[in-house]
Amino acid sequence: MDGVVQLQRQFIDYTTSLYEEKYLDEQFRQLQQLQDESNPDFVVEVVSLFFDDSERILNELANALDQQSVDFKRVDALVHQLKGSSSSIGAQRIQKMCIAFRNYCEEQNIEGCLNCMQQVKNEYSLAKNKLETLFKIEQQILAAGGSIPVL
Amino acid sequence: MDAASNVSCSAFLSKGIMDFGEEPHVLAVDDNLIDRKLVEKLLKNSSCKVTTAENGLRALEYLGLRDDQENTLNGSCSKVNMIITDYCMPGMTGYELLKKIKESAIMKEVPVVIMSSENIPTRINKCLEEGAQMFILKPLKQSHVKQLRGQLNKCGSF
Repeated sequence: MDGVVQLQRQFIDYTTSLYEEKYLDEQFRQLQQLQDESNPDFVVEVVSLFFDDSERILNELANALDQQSVDFKRVDALVHQLKGSSSSIGAQRIQKMCIAFRNYCEEQNIEGCLNCMQQVKNEYSLAKNKLETLFKIEQQILAAGGSIPVL
Repeated sequence: MDAASNVSCSAFLSKGIMDFGEEPHVLAVDDNLIDRKLVEKLLKNSSCKVTTAENGLRALEYLGLRDDQENTLNGSCSKVNMIITDYCMPGMTGYELLKKIKESAIMKEVPVVIMSSENIPTRINKCLEEGAQMFILKPLKQSHVKQLRGQLNKCGSF
């Protein structure tokens, strides 16, 4: 059972660090609390939807910012969507970046927008990486016959 | 549709004379896919039957309130016990949807809850003045749904 205990320890430490570094906030706990026997993959499902949807938004954003005459209303609408979904899953750093992004949209500041675009992309990559790592540890615990610690 | 059956339907809804053991049926309207999934799970975990719609027009269609739809008593009367809608949606805002519902003779007694990610007092007041039951600041959590269930319990025997 040593292997399981080690993995569980790893899970706890990793999760704690994600909250401490503000990759995740309280809203992610809400998602975890919704997971039950009738829907054991709820968190992975919602987060996967989030990944797909975010990638779509990031592509559309890149496109919108690449135009000769940038439609800031459209850019703002897209960032608003990303802000909403990142907030709903508890991806705090992405959400905060979106808030800054929207301010630049309001100012019609193209430099600011392009800068935020890059930062949002970075934050998204980081969050995706971290969450995928977390899910991997979960899978390893379950495969070893253990249960996921509740934090 | 005769006036007598119209009145009795409103009374039916406002007195909340529902069968015991029935799950309340909530219509959740939101253009964001992730938010729809979240609100659906939160409500289902709270023993609600859930129907989701991705915009105001689809919501009105479901309720039988679209301008070109015929209002039949059987159609809208027993369909939903509550509507929860996002404020910011393309096409028709949650506020506009609220107004359309409150203008309907059949649906006006159904409680409508507005959600928004933005805490704008004028927006909140506008919705409450138009008859919104409650205003919720996103992201949606279990504590919000507890409040909603409380509202539903007041309106019916759930």
